[in-house]
Amino acid sequence: MTMRTPLSAFILLLLSASMVTGCREDELVVPTEYDILPFDVNPSATPAGMYLLNEGNMGSNKASIDFVDFKNALYVRNMYAERNPTVIKELGDVGNDIQIYGNRLYAVINCSHKVEVMDAQTIERIGQVDIPNCRYIKFHRGNAYVTSYVGPVQLDPDAQLGAVYRVDTASLAITGKVTVGYQPDELEIMGDYIYVANSGGYRVPRYDYTVSVVEMFGMKQVKKIPVGINLHRIRADRHGKLWVTSRGNYGSVHSNLYVLEKKDKWSSEMIVTDTLNIPCTEMCILGDSLYFYATEWSYAEERNKISYGIIDVRTKKLVSDRLITDGTEKDIEVPYGIAVNPANGDIFLTDAKNYVSSGALHCYSREGKKKWSVRTGDIPAHIVFLNK
Amino acid sequence: MHRSKSMNLRLATIIFIPVLLPTSGLSRNKTMPDSVSLREVTVTAQSYKDVIPAQTLQGKELDALRSHSVADALRYFSGIQLKDYGGIGGIKTVNIRSMGTNHTGVYYNGIELGNAQNGQVDLGKYSLDNIESVSLYNGQKSEIFQSAREFGSAGSIYLSTRIPKFADGKTTNLHVGLRIGSFDLFNPSILFEYKLTNTTSLNFNAEWLTSTGKYKFRYRRVTPSGELAYDTTAVRQNGDIDAVRFEGGVHGYLPHGRWKAYLYHYNSERGIPGAIVNNVWRRGERLWDRNSFAQGMCENEFSRVYSLKFNFKYAYDYTRYVNNDDKLIHVDNTYKQKELYISAANRFTIMPNWEASVAYDYQWNGLSEYMDVVRSTHWISAATAFSAGDFFKLQASGLATVVNEEKRDRDEAPDKFKFTPGVFMSIKPFRSQNIVLRAFYKQSYRMPTFNDLYYTDMGNAYLKPETAIQYNAGVLYDLAPANGWLSFFRVGCDLYYNDVRDKIVAYPKGQQFRWTMLNLGRVHIKGIDAQMSATFSLPENISLTTKLQYSYQEAIDVTNPADNYYRHQIPYIPWHSGSAIMMASWRGWTLNYSYIYTGERYNQQENIRYNYTQPWYTSDISVMKTFTINKIRLGATLEVNNLFSQDYDVILNYPMPKRNYRLGITIDI
Repeated sequence: MTMRTPLSAFILLLLSASMVTGCREDELVVPTEYDILPFDVNPSATPAGMYLLNEGNMGSNKASIDFVDFKNALYVRNMYAERNPTVIKELGDVGNDIQIYGNRLYAVINCSHKVEVMDAQTIERIGQVDIPNCRYIKFHRGNAYVTSYVGPVQLDPDAQLGAVYRVDTASLAITGKVTVGYQPDELEIMGDYIYVANSGGYRVPRYDYTVSVVEMFGMKQVKKIPVGINLHRIRADRHGKLWVTSRGNYGSVHSNLYVLEKKDKWSSEMIVTDTLNIPCTEMCILGDSLYFYATEWSYAEERNKISYGIIDVRTKKLVSDRLITDGTEKDIEVPYGIAVNPANGDIFLTDAKNYVSSGALHCYSREGKKKWSVRTGDIPAHIVFLNK
Repeated sequence: MHRSKSMNLRLATIIFIPVLLPTSGLSRNKTMPDSVSLREVTVTAQSYKDVIPAQTLQGKELDALRSHSVADALRYFSGIQLKDYGGIGGIKTVNIRSMGTNHTGVYYNGIELGNAQNGQVDLGKYSLDNIESVSLYNGQKSEIFQSAREFGSAGSIYLSTRIPKFADGKTTNLHVGLRIGSFDLFNPSILFEYKLTNTTSLNFNAEWLTSTGKYKFRYRRVTPSGELAYDTTAVRQNGDIDAVRFEGGVHGYLPHGRWKAYLYHYNSERGIPGAIVNNVWRRGERLWDRNSFAQGMCENEFSRVYSLKFNFKYAYDYTRYVNNDDKLIHVDNTYKQKELYISAANRFTIMPNWEASVAYDYQWNGLSEYMDVVRSTHWISAATAFSAGDFFKLQASGLATVVNEEKRDRDEAPDKFKFTPGVFMSIKPFRSQNIVLRAFYKQSYRMPTFNDLYYTDMGNAYLKPETAIQYNAGVLYDLAPANGWLSFFRVGCDLYYNDVRDKIVAYPKGQQFRWTMLNLGRVHIKGIDAQMSATFSLPENISLTTKLQYSYQEAIDVTNPADNYYRHQIPYIPWHSGSAIMMASWRGWTLNYSYIYTGERYNQQENIRYNYTQPWYTSDISVMKTFTINKIRLGATLEVNNLFSQDYDVILNYPMPKRNYRLGITIDI
């Protein structure tokens, strides 16, 4: 054996290693992808489309916005970065709410502690509002109201109350703040009041159980209505009722759905009139129909128990225990978002799957037949329709 | 154990009778280490001793990496993936052959470093300052005289601290070192060794490490047309560390054995820098760690037939985690872990070329404060080693593990039982050529950790152990130095296939990022590990050592064909990775260049472009000079790490430091 053999083997190994391995290249702006959807192009479609906010797993910085283009029958995946290439580290970490007000699109990015404000047509960034641990957003007369888990700084950090921030949508400045209950989630505006569903989710097992009533113009909390533990959603129907969901304690206390109504005709005071004993994780009210699904973990079966249904908001009765009628509900692992197209009654359900891979968006006809499905970003959750 | 000795022997005989084969004379492995002759140089011309030899870093190669943590050194082994969250204080864990961190056993002087709570050993915490050798064994150590637990891991890393050695006429050794460098690093250390008698010695080692952990990092993106989208440089915050380590013990030789007893204490406070995401550049998480243990071992050859090795450890770990971020949930959790471990290993030399061992280990783990849980584990192993002439070696082992879960306050977890066999063999087919063919089959497992079983809302008390099955075949070729230029040459290659079953994965519970743990995953791993090392003796007294390693891994998720990521490469496992070390020494000078390459990989389960992570490769260079003045040996080292200042993340959103420097001086008296 001479010197040559090991040396040449050495060089051979180096060469082959450099051949199979790649080099680092410039990191490109996160690209947008386009998929063709299986329905007809309709240039006059209204709504024109819908935005879907994908939450992205915590720490991954993968919150993203997708768009379903009803006019051109396109699915546009991950739009934000390409439309706003100069924004450092893109849209952010954990999207929590998306809404349109006027010509603007607002995305609440929970772990980036900001509300991103964009043009509703182009998704181009207009600005951002820094709100710590922000959760959900609603609008009224030129103001945005945003719930936040972080209220006043307190001596006991374990007893930190949440807040509702008021933001002037013209200047994007914070113009007011009111302390509410523990870890407030959704909010709803009705009359002169903001109703806030307090969860107390950081205080397990001492959950909050109240809806805060905030007088909007004075930004004062005037009342706390006891409802149920660990509240999450709150929506108004067209009859002046509030529909409130409780997550329960994920164990012995199940998720539940409550109805709040005025105490009497002349009073503005809301009280719980009905406890429906129907688990409800997310809902969508259209006309007199409340579409919902519920996901509850069954310890015994080691799997999620998923239920769907439609409630008539007038009678408060379950009119259907199904949304999907063709058996395709078995394709959904973890339903995570729901929306109903106001124009044709199409039902949209998202599937978050295992939270750390692409989810799916499914579209069903109003009769519950699957029309199409598409791959989304990670944890597709929040949907808003773009009217034109 | 005395009571069961005869039973053990009988058990061993029953199990391993079938291995009886024609034999020829071969001396048994000696227990007595040749302590005085153990020299601090890379062993040249290794004889055919191990069934499956380890990858080892020691002597000069290790000296060149001395200022790094154990985790940094492990990057130079093939088949290892390091998860590095960046900086001096960032968590560093390793994963052998894609089987997951929890399948890696890390042994400190022969006893496993444990973390019953989460199963992860942060190797960034262990300094190389007083480490004499770092070895990696795939499968298990090629030695049947070991504790039962050592048969359990899918891959094992052995860290051995310095064994005191005294030059003729000397009774003390004193080593003082100081390292300073980027990130405001200040790291003094002292090592003192004292010869008590001819057979016993005492050593003491202390180290202080402090650093602000501040380093610049950069994120840059361009548009597909090549225009700059953004380019930002920021300073990593909350990555500071302040840590002290004390270690001391007594080491002695018996007429036919040795013993060791020592104490270890580590105390640190650090910031957890956290992920860099949009609008968040600083976080408020802090971590306090106190790890203390007392450990002892004694081994003796009582007769030509019987040897006994006894190990003991008591460890107490205190961890406090605080989240001070005023925007997030305030957390202040304290965890206290206690561990008691005893082990007795018995070796029986049945014939000169055939030996068997039986070992029993017991461990008690307790976790208190945040969760109150207790577990007892029993390991019983039986193993045999057989060799035929100088051409065939065989080792077989079986390990039974019994876990008694004794959690009291919440759901009762069932007890667990697991039996895991392993067979290792190697053949040296040619008398004249130093070619050794080797193969092994091994089953191993990882027990669910306390977090997997009991963590609030997430834990699942009914988890089964996760199993890994390994098949490996390889070849190793050693060139006997034929001419003056080449003093050492070795090349080796292994092919392997691993099947990880009942993998413990986090599964979503539907609402609001709520998870549970399930035995759901299944991963198939195919890989190649190749290594080559050579030492050249060049003219002018220049010695050049080179070491190359390359790994190919295909680790695919085969859990469920309905998943988007079915048959996709699992996260953070590159297909290609490798390293190269070149070290030239001339008189008192040493120049070291090391290069590490990690190929493209994905940061989530799905191999789509949104999860793509670019390759990274860094070059580190160091110059060392040693000289002697009046019998005092002085050394100085200058290091430049990440020479080309590559901006990279090992883990998504955890940026790594750009170019950084270190200067070290050492004094040996």
